[in-house]
Amino acid sequence: MKPRALAAALAAAVLVASAHAAVSERAANNGDPVRGEAIYSRCAACHALAYDRTGPRHCSLFGRRAGSVPGFAYSAAMKRSTIIWNARSLDRFIASPISAVPGTAMGYAGVADPQERADLIAYLRQANDSPPCTK
Amino acid sequence: MSFLKLAAAPMSIATRRAFLGKSGLVLSGTAVALLAGREALAAAKGSKSTAEDIRILNTALGAEFEAIAAYQVGAESGLLQKPVLDLAVTFQGHHREHADILGKTVVKLGGKAATAKEKYTFPTDTLKTQADVLRFAATLEKGAVSAYLGAVPLFSDGDLAKAAASILGDEAMHWAVLRNALGEPPVPVAFMS
Repeated sequence: MKPRALAAALAAAVLVASAHAAVSERAANNGDPVRGEAIYSRCAACHALAYDRTGPRHCSLFGRRAGSVPGFAYSAAMKRSTIIWNARSLDRFIASPISAVPGTAMGYAGVADPQERADLIAYLRQANDSPPCTK
Repeated sequence: MSFLKLAAAPMSIATRRAFLGKSGLVLSGTAVALLAGREALAAAKGSKSTAEDIRILNTALGAEFEAIAAYQVGAESGLLQKPVLDLAVTFQGHHREHADILGKTVVKLGGKAATAKEKYTFPTDTLKTQADVLRFAATLEKGAVSAYLGAVPLFSDGDLAKAAASILGDEAMHWAVLRNALGEPPVPVAFMS
């Protein structure tokens, strides 16, 4: 490929990636917390809001560095990751945990539906201000 | 009296005897054949996909240990009356069987099996009645169904996926029976997610 064509292709790829990220961000911020609470019941074998279980607690999730809850035994992969949890990073991780963080202990295929992920993220955001997390 | 205080109260001798009698590990031949008995599993040691399988199995094992502990709290609480208490003890026995077979399989694959935590946290302050305990257990069981559902497609070994699906079926039955005990429709949906 000629340099000019290569540059154009790269620019197009960057544009597509940016557009995808913007869509992902927008979708992740347009969830319904009520539907998200029902979806969160899928997480109940391993997670709780206020305390650690097989997975770490979800209170204070937003803005937290991945692998940083004191005393929780994370996988090496999660501890090494540089993820800061926000709507966008959660959307990517929940879509396919083992693709987002290869080696994660979260052996779960993920939530494929973008709207369900947005709903779940909306619930997690709202729950952070609810009694299990504030008392 | 709070659930926490009730949980700390000594179990009656009769209850303890019944509990111990039913919670012993009796692995079904089917389960052993599904997992630990397959020599092909041992031959798969060391591969990248096997390492991933081990991680999934160990996470499931950790959740099973927690379920065993949760049912222990319920059984010792004094809040569960027969025949609900018997149900809880039976279900705990199933989780023990799941944990045992998962641990053996991890070892067979060349991994180190996860161990139970010394202490688990449960929302005991919200559990005041038998219905509260049943609802909490049902929540855990439904979560377990979803967790296994999310794990099944990830296994590189088809027989491991089949075995995980077998456990999933058992968790789903627990969930339905617990809902039924609560007077709720036992099977409210046609599909699980």
